[in-house]
Amino acid sequence: SERKKFYQNVSISQGEGGFEINLDHRKLKTPQAKLFTVPSEALAIAVATEWDSQKDTIKFYTMHLTTLCNTALDNPTQRNKTQLIRAAVKFLETDTVCYRVEEPPALAELQKNEWDPVVAWAEKRYNVTIGSSTSILGPNIPASTKETFISHLASYNMWALQGIEFVITQLKSLILSMSLIDRHITVEKAVLLSRLEEEYQIRRWGNVEWAHDYDLCELRARTAAGTLFVHLCSESSTVKHKLLQD
Amino acid sequence: MAALGAPLCTLRVLLRELRHAAGCSYCDSPIYRHLLTAFRAHWVTSEKLCRTQQELHFQAATYLCLLRSVRKHEALHREYHGRGERSPQEVAGLVGFRLPQQPGEKG
Repeated sequence: SERKKFYQNVSISQGEGGFEINLDHRKLKTPQAKLFTVPSEALAIAVATEWDSQKDTIKFYTMHLTTLCNTALDNPTQRNKTQLIRAAVKFLETDTVCYRVEEPPALAELQKNEWDPVVAWAEKRYNVTIGSSTSILGPNIPASTKETFISHLASYNMWALQGIEFVITQLKSLILSMSLIDRHITVEKAVLLSRLEEEYQIRRWGNVEWAHDYDLCELRARTAAGTLFVHLCSESSTVKHKLLQD
Repeated sequence: MAALGAPLCTLRVLLRELRHAAGCSYCDSPIYRHLLTAFRAHWVTSEKLCRTQQELHFQAATYLCLLRSVRKHEALHREYHGRGERSPQEVAGLVGFRLPQQPGEKG
């Protein structure tokens, strides 16, 4: 449901805990009524732009950065850092790019050509073994591989981790998410690789704008927002560390 | 590092997207000023800041993807999903019927 736009001006101010968003004279609050404060000025500007871009009604479903900030501030699932990391790494067991088909041969070939390079990149970059599988049980990921990713993710602060976990659930792949966050591939490429089978079927059977393009744009928007959120929350030059205590 | 094309091209398309989103007053907006400041700061300096330039370019390309995708998604939503349900009168009208008058209702 949509709410009517109830403000004229959007501005940013700096408070004790970080940067705040003002809608006219009112300070923006989270769904749990906490003061909306973000650690990065660039992130605050981007959130303010989301609010400023609304026309007659407020379309919350388009305001992905605001939603991510609300999740980081309210933590509605009540997860701590360890739980978030565990949820993220668990995705590796069912990672999209590790699950291969045998039929039809054209799709199997496409998966090999498009996904093998990114798996190889991850194995090299993180010095781990991942592999892929055509079995219904998926690949057998060594414990050491999981440990490596767990300790890598632990180097991110809580806000960035919320963003990383969000991107992983959108792309259904830890490997594609890390590839994106490490700036090895673009958002468009990551989404394409995540939707490889859909793209294959679309090319065979045709595109349905109201379903395929709709899903594609939504996935791109959410993945782009998540990635930007992670990067803006990880930059040390513009981030107020006090807010990001784990 | 992902293949991104020319940074100034990305910036130009990004500013165009912002103009769509913000309307005429986008030149005064914080986001416009922030982007120009960031690009100016990192593009007149030497090679040693190459990594920062790449990171900034990647961020700009990601933000552009966000704005573009939100705009397209919203347009598709308006086109295909925004109309809501038809009223019973409209549904009847589709097949050439009119709903009967209920007793007590005004004509």
